[in-house]
Amino acid sequence: MNKVVKKIGLPRLIITLMFISICIAAVVLELPLGMLTSDVIRRFGMFGVLALAMVPSIQCGTGPNFALPIGIICGLLGSLIAIELGLTSKVLGYGFISSILISLPLAVLTGWAYGLLLNKIKGSEMLVATYTGFSIVSFMQIGWVTLPFRHPEMIWPIGKGLRVTISLDSTFGEILNRFWRFEIGSVYVPTGLLLFFLGCCAAVWLFSRSKSGIEMYTAGANPKFAASSGIDVDKNRIIGTILSTVIGAVGIIVYSLSFGYLQLYLAPLYMAFPAVAAVLIGGASTRKVKISHVLIGTFLFQGMLTVAVPVANQMFPEGNLSEVLRQIVQNGIILYALTKVGGEA
Amino acid sequence: METEYVLQMKNIEKEYYGNKVLKGVNLSVKPGEIHALIGENGAGKSTLMNVLFGMPVIHSTGGFSGEVYINGEKTDIKSPLQAMETGIGMVHQEFMLIPEFTITENIKLNREIIKDNLISRLFKSKGLKTLDTRTMKRDARKALDRLGLGIEEWVTVAGLPVGHMQFVEIAREIDKTGLKLLVFDEPTAVLAESEADTLIEGMKRLAASGIAILFITHRLNEVLQAADNITVLRDGELVATRRKEDTNVAELAELMVGRKIDINGKTEQEDDDTDKDVALEIKNLHVDMPGEKAKGINLDIYKGEIFGIGGLAGQGKVGIANGIMGLYPSTGEVLLKGEKLELNNTMGALNKGLAFVSEDRRGVGLLLDSSIELNIVVTTMHVKNKYLRKAGFFDQIDGRGIREHAKKMIKDLDIRCTGPQQLTRQLSGGNQQKVCVARALTLDPGVLFVSEPTRGIDIGAKKLVLDFLVKLNKELGMTIVMTSSELVELRSICNRIAIISGGKVEGILRPGDSDRDFGLMMAGEYRKMHSKEAM
Repeated sequence: MNKVVKKIGLPRLIITLMFISICIAAVVLELPLGMLTSDVIRRFGMFGVLALAMVPSIQCGTGPNFALPIGIICGLLGSLIAIELGLTSKVLGYGFISSILISLPLAVLTGWAYGLLLNKIKGSEMLVATYTGFSIVSFMQIGWVTLPFRHPEMIWPIGKGLRVTISLDSTFGEILNRFWRFEIGSVYVPTGLLLFFLGCCAAVWLFSRSKSGIEMYTAGANPKFAASSGIDVDKNRIIGTILSTVIGAVGIIVYSLSFGYLQLYLAPLYMAFPAVAAVLIGGASTRKVKISHVLIGTFLFQGMLTVAVPVANQMFPEGNLSEVLRQIVQNGIILYALTKVGGEA
Repeated sequence: METEYVLQMKNIEKEYYGNKVLKGVNLSVKPGEIHALIGENGAGKSTLMNVLFGMPVIHSTGGFSGEVYINGEKTDIKSPLQAMETGIGMVHQEFMLIPEFTITENIKLNREIIKDNLISRLFKSKGLKTLDTRTMKRDARKALDRLGLGIEEWVTVAGLPVGHMQFVEIAREIDKTGLKLLVFDEPTAVLAESEADTLIEGMKRLAASGIAILFITHRLNEVLQAADNITVLRDGELVATRRKEDTNVAELAELMVGRKIDINGKTEQEDDDTDKDVALEIKNLHVDMPGEKAKGINLDIYKGEIFGIGGLAGQGKVGIANGIMGLYPSTGEVLLKGEKLELNNTMGALNKGLAFVSEDRRGVGLLLDSSIELNIVVTTMHVKNKYLRKAGFFDQIDGRGIREHAKKMIKDLDIRCTGPQQLTRQLSGGNQQKVCVARALTLDPGVLFVSEPTRGIDIGAKKLVLDFLVKLNKELGMTIVMTSSELVELRSICNRIAIISGGKVEGILRPGDSDRDFGLMMAGEYRKMHSKEAM
């Protein structure tokens, strides 16, 4: 019994059991299961890429990328620029592909700069990362108002600056979700979204088995060992940070696409936390992570959130409790995951 | 009732999950006796001590059978705290000291002597009393004097030499009133030879004052130096109990390992090296390695020899290999087959055909949470782009090639593991060392640096590692530079041995040279004494 628990990892086991019990509650409370299932699947694909961004950062030794908002802002900027310039033809995926292409150089540059910073503060990456994320989000509060965007769908009709949420209906909203979509009963399967997420996972997996990937892993796993093998530890930490930032940028584009809106201003502030929590629940630790952790963790974490909120609403129908409950559940899971960073052995 | 013994353990048996690790062990220790407990790793020494100290790991796995008598009284020790109260103390291998505190404060930690002051009287609170520093210092002084340690009791522990830290730890134990038995768990493992000697002196003093000592160690010479009686364990069984007078190193080693070995078998090939090629020429090498600074090393290492580098800890012998490999900043000149080697460039050194097995096995030598196979190939993959195959955009690792190579290495070096995919963390010290050697060999080096290859591994594995180095040297003609604190080892396999003292080469000896010369060089006295003849 102990062995089984150790193998699966206590956090993963507890969350799985909670997930199952909440699902049972959902059945008992006669909630619309088809809709819930569709939602779980959609959110799995939607958040997955963001969680995947944790893989290179943990592997290169800088720990979970709490500074994910850096990548997110690059992704948002990429999308805004793509829409502004009208790069939303069908060939460019109604703006999806052009958004990614524009955000890539931004993410590489900022990731590189942020990597330089991380090499200066070895040992306290997680805390510094969290506040780097906060700072960049706060800084962009000014940026969103002052940047010279003109597109009428994005700016306030009266006054200055970009809107808080920008609808993607006319551009690349839900294009992946609709790609090869099908329905089983009332369950909606967004095939394109899932395929894209799995494709990203495969790419990261392939990278981790390449020479550069192995070197990055070595630099992260034991910097002294790496140095004695002639591997440049600092360079590999920067590579990992760049990759993480780039995946974060792609992640937010996929997220926004599936959500149907670009969310600016304070929205990116806490985006890193669900992603970190997901991989931790999936079985990763702050030093070790596998792709399977991303898949399992994202599914459990998002599944849990999606099902728990309607269940809780049904049980406590008073007023506007759903948002409060979502916060409690989400932060509770994150806190729990962070206290149990042990993961699987 | 036999009250002549402080401690008697009778017929102790213990099993973990059906695996018997102690099979009816008996142990008796008299007051004032130094009793050595020896055995290979996994022989059951630690488990026996865990039983004695009532460690939770014993009780949470179903307890043990057998009886423990303290001073002739049957005692059932349930927790380490109870063991402490019964008068059993332990000096740990890793020191449990607070670096920023003074020696006195460390000795008296959590047992501070306190006296009343105005406020504490007013509030009748024990927590507000003042420390009685004078009495505490006096007690600490007394404990240090008992050990013969002439160090001031008011200095902080941080920055003390390792040997002194150990004494502080011992002083803390003997300061506890009613201490009857003190257990030393491999106390000399972290010490240099001279420090170990001081420690043994200290132990003898303690024993003379009536405290019984249980001494767990790997080093057989020390056993004979210190112990009155010796108990040998092997595979959880009591193999023998010997009086010191009735035994010798060879017999103990044999009892411990259970197969014949000779650790003093020197290679008797005193060949001439005038006509040999120089493989590595080191000129005025300075290495800035903390604690092991090399200050102007000049050495010629011949092709195809096993060259030993010895010396006391902290004299700079470890710095040499680390400096040449570019792991610590260094200056000077190193010529490899006449070609100049760029210093402070690890990649360059690896490319030129040097390979290094680090003295810090777990810190530098291994990826502990990775598989054996990855550990073996990763350096070669990086340096020589081997074990890769092209696949689309990426070059991918060649899983099959790596597996085959790892299997071959595991077979060649006899690495005991469940397979190439086992994590190196789970291996024993000796097998971890073999993985490190396998990694270096995969580079196919011209010159192999090996630092402290046998540190912390049991005597059977030591022999295997040393034999393997000899085999490499003989069969492949590989030039090996071995740095070691164990003079016996160096003398058993090396062709020539340089002794480093004060960051410089004190002299180069043949393994067959006299103990006196080795001793003098280690102490840094050789040159002084021979300066007239040498000049």
